[in-house]
Amino acid sequence: MPRIGVFVCWCGSNIGGVLDCPELARVAGSFPGVVFSTDYKYVCSDPGQNLIVESIRKHGLDRVVVASCSPRLHEETFRQALRRAGLNPYFLEMANLREHCSWVHPDAQEAAQRKAIDLVRRAVAKAALLEPLSPGRIPVIKRCLVIGGGIAGIQAALDVADAGLEVLLVEREPTIGGNMVKLDKTFPTLDCSACISTPKMVAVAQHPGIKLYTYAEVEEVSGYIGNFKVRIRQKARYVDHSKCTGCGTCWTKCPTSVPDEFNMGLGERAAIYIPFPQAVPNKPVIDAAHCRQLIKGKCGICAKHCPAEAIDYKQRDEVFEVEVGAIVVATGFGLFQWEKVYGEYGYGRYPDVITGLAFERLVNAAGPTGGKIQRPSDGKEPKTVVFIQCVGSRDEAKGKEYCSRVCCMYTAKHAHQVLEKIPGAQVYVFYIDVRTFGKGYEEFYRRVQDEGAVYIRGRVSKVYQDGTKLIVRGADTLLGEPVEIAADMVVLATGVVPSAGAQDVARMIGVSVDKDGFFQEAHPKLRPVETHTGGIFLAGACQGPKDIPDTVSQASGAGGKVCALLLKDELETSPMVARVNEALCTGCLACREVCPYRAIQAVTITERLPGQPPRERVVARVTEGLCQGCGSCTVACRAGAVDLKGFTNEQLLAEVDALCL
Amino acid sequence: MRIGYYPGCSLQSSAREYDLAARLVARHLGVQLVDIPDWNCCGASAAHSTDPFLAVALPARNLVLASEMGLDITVPCAACYHRLRMAQRELAHDRDLGRKVAEVLGRPYRGTVRIYSLLETITGIGLEQLAAQIVRPLKGLRVACYYGCLLVRPPGIGCDDPENPESMDRLIETTKAETVSWGYKNECCGGALVFGAREAAFRLARDILRNATGAGAHAIVCACPLCQSNLDLRQGQVNKMFGTNFAVPIFYFPQLLGLAMGLNPRDLGLTTHFVDPQRALKVVGG
Amino acid sequence: MSINENVVVNANVWEPKIVAFLCNWCSYAGADLAGVSRLKYPANIRIVRVPCSSRVNPQFILRALQRGADGVLVAGCHPGDCHYVTGNYFTRRRLTLFKSLLEFVGFEPERLKVRWVSAAEAGRFAETVKEMVEEIKLLGPNRRLQDSML
Repeated sequence: MPRIGVFVCWCGSNIGGVLDCPELARVAGSFPGVVFSTDYKYVCSDPGQNLIVESIRKHGLDRVVVASCSPRLHEETFRQALRRAGLNPYFLEMANLREHCSWVHPDAQEAAQRKAIDLVRRAVAKAALLEPLSPGRIPVIKRCLVIGGGIAGIQAALDVADAGLEVLLVEREPTIGGNMVKLDKTFPTLDCSACISTPKMVAVAQHPGIKLYTYAEVEEVSGYIGNFKVRIRQKARYVDHSKCTGCGTCWTKCPTSVPDEFNMGLGERAAIYIPFPQAVPNKPVIDAAHCRQLIKGKCGICAKHCPAEAIDYKQRDEVFEVEVGAIVVATGFGLFQWEKVYGEYGYGRYPDVITGLAFERLVNAAGPTGGKIQRPSDGKEPKTVVFIQCVGSRDEAKGKEYCSRVCCMYTAKHAHQVLEKIPGAQVYVFYIDVRTFGKGYEEFYRRVQDEGAVYIRGRVSKVYQDGTKLIVRGADTLLGEPVEIAADMVVLATGVVPSAGAQDVARMIGVSVDKDGFFQEAHPKLRPVETHTGGIFLAGACQGPKDIPDTVSQASGAGGKVCALLLKDELETSPMVARVNEALCTGCLACREVCPYRAIQAVTITERLPGQPPRERVVARVTEGLCQGCGSCTVACRAGAVDLKGFTNEQLLAEVDALCL
Repeated sequence: MRIGYYPGCSLQSSAREYDLAARLVARHLGVQLVDIPDWNCCGASAAHSTDPFLAVALPARNLVLASEMGLDITVPCAACYHRLRMAQRELAHDRDLGRKVAEVLGRPYRGTVRIYSLLETITGIGLEQLAAQIVRPLKGLRVACYYGCLLVRPPGIGCDDPENPESMDRLIETTKAETVSWGYKNECCGGALVFGAREAAFRLARDILRNATGAGAHAIVCACPLCQSNLDLRQGQVNKMFGTNFAVPIFYFPQLLGLAMGLNPRDLGLTTHFVDPQRALKVVGG
Repeated sequence: MSINENVVVNANVWEPKIVAFLCNWCSYAGADLAGVSRLKYPANIRIVRVPCSSRVNPQFILRALQRGADGVLVAGCHPGDCHYVTGNYFTRRRLTLFKSLLEFVGFEPERLKVRWVSAAEAGRFAETVKEMVEEIKLLGPNRRLQDSML
C-alpha cells in the first residue's frame, strides 16, 4: 500500500478565498492510501516546499499530491522538492484547484468545494498508481550536419565550428554561397554583397572544423537527436579535385556553351565550369548533361589540355554514411515561377521583362555585362525602367498569399541603381503597399523617392511588346486613373518560394512543412529555429522569406542551439514515453503507422516458452530517443500491449473512476 | 462527327459570312452541323445587362433543346459562347436557380451538354488533318489572329489561355499564312460601346488596327461577329475620326481556312466585306 | 429562458457530472487561461490531463459513462496545430467512429463532445462547458449503462 501525503494550498486567498482548504485536507485524509494531509498558505514557497520535504521524511511518504495551481506552472517546482527529499520526482501528482476551480467558480462555493474534493480524489487515485520513472540517457555524437551552403548554412557552420565542434556542410551546387553571392549590393547600406559574403565562403573552406561537400546531396536521414545517421551522395564531378589546381585552362578550351544558371541565363558558360570566379571550391565540375565527351564519347578536349591530368570521365557518384548529433536545415529559397502563370506580363516571351535576381546579375560588376545595365534583347541601355512589385506574392489568384518581405527593399535598391547608373533615366514602381520594416529601410525608401523614382500604387494589367518598347498598362489607384508607360525594360519583383527540392528534404528528415512548403518551426514566436523533431534546426529562408540580417540572426540562433545540444556528453530523454509489453504484442505494427516520430520499429525477438522450442516473432519496439510521449500508439494497439509511462491506462481509468464516484 | 450548331442571331444578319463559311468548311471537313431546332436568343447584351434571371433562362432553354437532341453543341459567336458557358456554370453552382429555370421552361435542365466554340471544334479535328486539306496555301499572307475579350475570358470559361491565346494562330498556320506576334490579340474591340461612347469605341478599334499593322499584319482574323463588324464596318469611320488610312480586311477564321482549302470565295462570303480583302489577298504567292 | 429555469428548478437535486479529457498543450492550457482570465463556467466539469487528445482511448470514455458521468468532453489542439504533429487527426477519426457507435447503442450524441480548443481560446473553452452543461441538463441523467454496473 502506498503512503500518500496530500498538501492543499491556499494560494493566499486565490484558492482559500473560495474553497475551505482545511476541510479539503481533512476529507483527503480519508481517501485510500492517504496517511498524511495538511493545508498551507503557499505550498510553492520555500517553507511550503520544506513542509513537503519534512513531511516525506517524518511520515515516510512515498507519493505526494499537491492540490494547488496548474501543473503547467509548478509541477517542476514540486518535483524538485521530492528529489530533495530523496524521492523519485515522478511520485508527484497535482490537483489543479486554482485555474480549474476557485478562479472559475467564485460564486458557487458549494459546488466548487464538491468539485475540489473530486479533483483531489482523482489526484490521489492516480498517485497511488504512480511508478518511479527515470529519464533515459543517450550519448551525443559531437558532429553537426548543415544542409545548404548559402549564407544561412555558412553562418551556422562557422558558429558551430568556432565552438570547437565538427561540422559537415553539404551543398548541392558546385560552390557554396547560395543566392546572396549573386546579389550586387545589399539594402539599405548598399555594401557589396560579394565583398561581405566571399570572405565567409573562404573562411568555411579554410576552417579546420568544417568538412565541405559541394556538388553533394543528402539522401537519407535516420536516427534521432544526438544520433542521426546520414547518407550523402557526392555527385561525380569528373574532375579529380585532389589533382586540379583550378588553373582555368579547361573551361577556356571547352567547345560547348550553355546558358549560365548563375547569371540567370543572361550569360553563357562552358560544360566544364566554375559558377563564378570566386567560387568555393575554386575548382571546376563537368556538367554531364551537356559535356560532349560524356554524351557522345567524342571530344576529350579538356582532358587533353589539363596540365594536372585531373579530368576523369569515368568518375562515378560516391555514396557514404556519416553519424551526426544535430542537423541544421538551411536550404534557402527559389523564385516564384512567374513565367507559368503571369500571362499579362507575357509568360516570359519578352526578353526585356526580367526578374529582380536577373537584374542583380545585370547590375553586378562581375555579371555578364560587367555591371552595365543593358537590355537582354539588344544590349541597349534602358532609359525607362518599370518595376512591378508583388509578382507571385500577395496574389491569391495566381501566386502565393504571403508577402515575400524582401521585394519592396530590393526594388527600391534597383530603382536607386538605375537612377545612379543611367543619367536621365525614368523609373516607375508599381506597388500594392511598400513595406519597409527593417533598420534604415524606410529612410532608404524615402531617399529613392527623392532621387526621382515614381511610385505608382496599383497593379499592372498588361505588358506587351510594341516595336522596341514594352508598353506597360496599369492603374494608379490613388488617382483612379489608368496609366500607360512605354518602357525599355520591365523588372518583376518575383516572390520568394522554398527552393526546389525542399519538400523532399523535409520528407527525408521527417520535418513538416507549412502550406506554402516552408519548413515548419516548432513555435512561431518562441521556438523559431527548432523543429518538432529534436536535434533538427532551421536557418534562413527555408523557414520563410527573410532578408540577410534576419537569415544570419536565425543561422546564429540555430548554431547556438546546436552547440547547446552537442556540448553535452549525454542527453536526458523524457521518461514519459511509450513502452511495449512484448508478451502481449502481436506484431501487427498498427502503432508504427500512427507514430509521427517514426519512434516505433519492428524487431524480431526469440521467444522461449517452457516445453516448446524457441521461436522467433516480430514485435514493436519504441526508440526512447525519438518518442515524444503523445500516446497515440497506445490507442491504436488492439492487444493493449502499448502503454504510456506517466499516463498509463491503469492510471487514467483510476482517475475516471475517482471522478465518477 | 455530328454536333449541335447554335448559330445565334448575328450569324443570321450582320455576320452571315461567318455562318456561310462555318457551314461550308464544316461540311468540307466532314463535320455535320445540326441546327438546334427553335433556338432562341443566347441572352447576351440586352438580356444579361437588364435581367440576371433572363440571362440564365434564355441560354438554358437552348441547352435544354440541345440535350433533348442528345448532342453537344458548337457555337461560332464569341458572345453566345460566353453566355452559354456562363449560364451553365451558374446553374451548376446554384441549385435553386436550376429549379426556377426548369419551372419557367416547363422541362428539366440537366446540364449535360458540352459547349464548344467553333474554334475549338475545328482545331479539335487535328492540325495535321487540317493541313492535309490545304490545297491553296496562303503563303506570303501575314495575319494577326484576334481573339477579342469574350472568347478567352474569364479563366475557366474561355476556350483558350486568357492572356496569351494561341489556338487560332496554330490553326491559321496550317494554311501556311504567317501569324504575327502582337499585343492586342485579347483586347476589347469596343463593339459594345459604339452607341454609347463612340469615340472611346473607335479609339479601341484604332489601337487594334494600329498594333496589328505595326506588327506587319496584312489582315486580321477573328472569331466574333461583333469584333468583325466593329473593325470592318467602322474602319472607314475610324479613319475619318483619327485621320488614319487603314485598309485592313477582317476575316472570320473559317473564311481563310475555306479559302486555303480551295473553296469558292463567293460561297465563303468574301465578297460582302466593307474593307475589300482582294488587295491583301494579292500578296498570296501564286 | 423559462424552460431552462424550470429545468434548473426540477434538477435541484441532480447536477450533471462531465468528465473532460484535455490535451496538455492546447486545451488544458486553454482551461488554465480561462482561470487566469477569471471566466466563469459551471462547476460540473472534472478535468483529466492527457498528453494529447490521441491518448484518449474510447475505453476511457466508455468507463466514464459506465460509472455515472453524464457527459464526456474530449478537447485537443486544432487540426493542423497538434503539438505532436498528427495526433488530433487520429482523435478526430477515432472519436467520430466511436460517437456513431455510442449513438448506435442508444446514447444521445450530446453526451460526447469532441472540441478543438487552443491554448488561447479560454472563452471557447468556457462556452463549450456552458453549452454542454445546458444540453445535458435537458437530457437528464445518464442511466444507459447503470444497469450493467449493478
